Amino acid sequence: MVLSCTDVRKTFGSNVVLDGLSLDVGEHEVVALIGASGSGKSTLLRCVNLLAEIDDGVIRLDGEDITDPRVDPDAVRQKIGLVFQSYNLFPHMTVLDNITLAPVRVHRRAAQDARDQAREWLDRVGLADKAGSYPDKLSGGQQQRVAIVRALVNNPRLLLLDEVTSALDPELVGEVLTMIRDLKGEGMTMVLATHEMGFARQVADRVAFLDKGRVLEQGPPEQVLGDPVEARTRQFLARIIEAGRL
Amino acid sequence: MTSPFHEPSLIQQDRITFRRRKAVRSVLLAALSTAIVGTLLGVLITGAPGWDRVRQSFLDPDIAVDWLPEILQGLWLNLRMLVFCALAALALGLLIAVLRTLRGPVFFPVRALATLYTYSFRGLPLIIVIYLMAFGIPGLRLQGTPSVTVLGGAAIVITYGAYLAEVFRAGIESVHPSQIAAARSLGLSYRQSMRFVVLPQAVRRVAPPLLNDTVALQKDVGLISLAGPIDAIRAAQIGVAQTANFTPYVVAGVLFVLLALPLIGITDWVTLRAARRQAGGE
Repeated sequence: MVLSCTDVRKTFGSNVVLDGLSLDVGEHEVVALIGASGSGKSTLLRCVNLLAEIDDGVIRLDGEDITDPRVDPDAVRQKIGLVFQSYNLFPHMTVLDNITLAPVRVHRRAAQDARDQAREWLDRVGLADKAGSYPDKLSGGQQQRVAIVRALVNNPRLLLLDEVTSALDPELVGEVLTMIRDLKGEGMTMVLATHEMGFARQVADRVAFLDKGRVLEQGPPEQVLGDPVEARTRQFLARIIEAGRL
Repeated sequence: MTSPFHEPSLIQQDRITFRRRKAVRSVLLAALSTAIVGTLLGVLITGAPGWDRVRQSFLDPDIAVDWLPEILQGLWLNLRMLVFCALAALALGLLIAVLRTLRGPVFFPVRALATLYTYSFRGLPLIIVIYLMAFGIPGLRLQGTPSVTVLGGAAIVITYGAYLAEVFRAGIESVHPSQIAAARSLGLSYRQSMRFVVLPQAVRRVAPPLLNDTVALQKDVGLISLAGPIDAIRAAQIGVAQTANFTPYVVAGVLFVLLALPLIGITDWVTLRAARRQAGGE
């Protein structure tokens, strides 16, 4: 297992967001987290990346307990990429500097080497001409693709994607989803929180439905999205269909 | 996009004519009101019963020319002090602001001291700090006590450092937490996140207020004359005492304004640029 969450609990005051959640993710596996707003999808991703501290349970990365307070969180984060809903690019840096910051400062790569690699990636995702631009000159879809590249150049073991298309105009969603599909083709292990059921069906090996801070139901996309066992999953999907998003 | 060669419609032509006429009228009105206010002020001041005496004792051209070299020499000290104090106060302010953001129990004393410092020195009048530093510290009769000029400069740095620290802190807090989350998620340490992600954005955002405080510092540098060194104000004071005429003060005042103009200009330019960038231009 690349990632293994066992009985994870996370509360904010009296609000229990994760309530004994367990989830395993294997090598090269893509797991889509679905569920209503507030079901704990984003919180789980933040906990896995140690941006939020869990209140109980264990999270393991390649078998190592990363929620042990004696573990250096910076070292763990170097092995996990996280892409945010609102991109969170650094506005004062060019696209190229955004991408090379961590390779140069954290992984101590030579600057020229890091720049070459960044340009290669930008070329691959069709943004070669944007290397010198500042993020606010890019469209949302372009910014999000840069953010994904920024996470990928650190060669993470695991890539976490937190509703990466939710802030995008509908016509820009496609370019980001294409990129994620390509990553799956290369064998990247990914956990993605998403509202795009169609995309979850296409790209995920497994869909996990989160409800009240637990994984209520999980399995192959056809089964969870097409023929769910749990009543709550059916209710959730019915609401999604009603909203015209499936 | 429409073609650049667009013939305005009749309605639009009418609007353009109207706006042009309005603009011309505004310019004429502004010129007229300026002329009226200027004349009134001139008449009021020069027509005042004491005007001749005021002109003699404040605006005597011969005395101005006589004392200009001395005051300029004093101003050279102000200028050097300004550069040193501004740079030192900016560095101190940034340091204190960063210390105040440190988390964790180990840093509690550091945080507490930094907070105490910004609270007390923003309340203390600069004049009192200058007196305490310039006269109190030599009173200790320690070996190697620096000159009063240095001590006076240190008083200015300590006082302004407290103000600038708060400006820097406001800038640091204005950077959205998601920026730190993004930096940390890439594996950057807290220090690296501050240095490469938070501080560059914070400093850019607070550049206008920082520069504005530097303009204020510039004229307060003249207060070290209270401790004894002969700066522009002290030189003017000596001139006033010797000639029994206030013209040297006016000369010093004009020189201070001239000294401030470039910095004020830069401040306005930076502010304008920041506002434009915020509006999405550039």
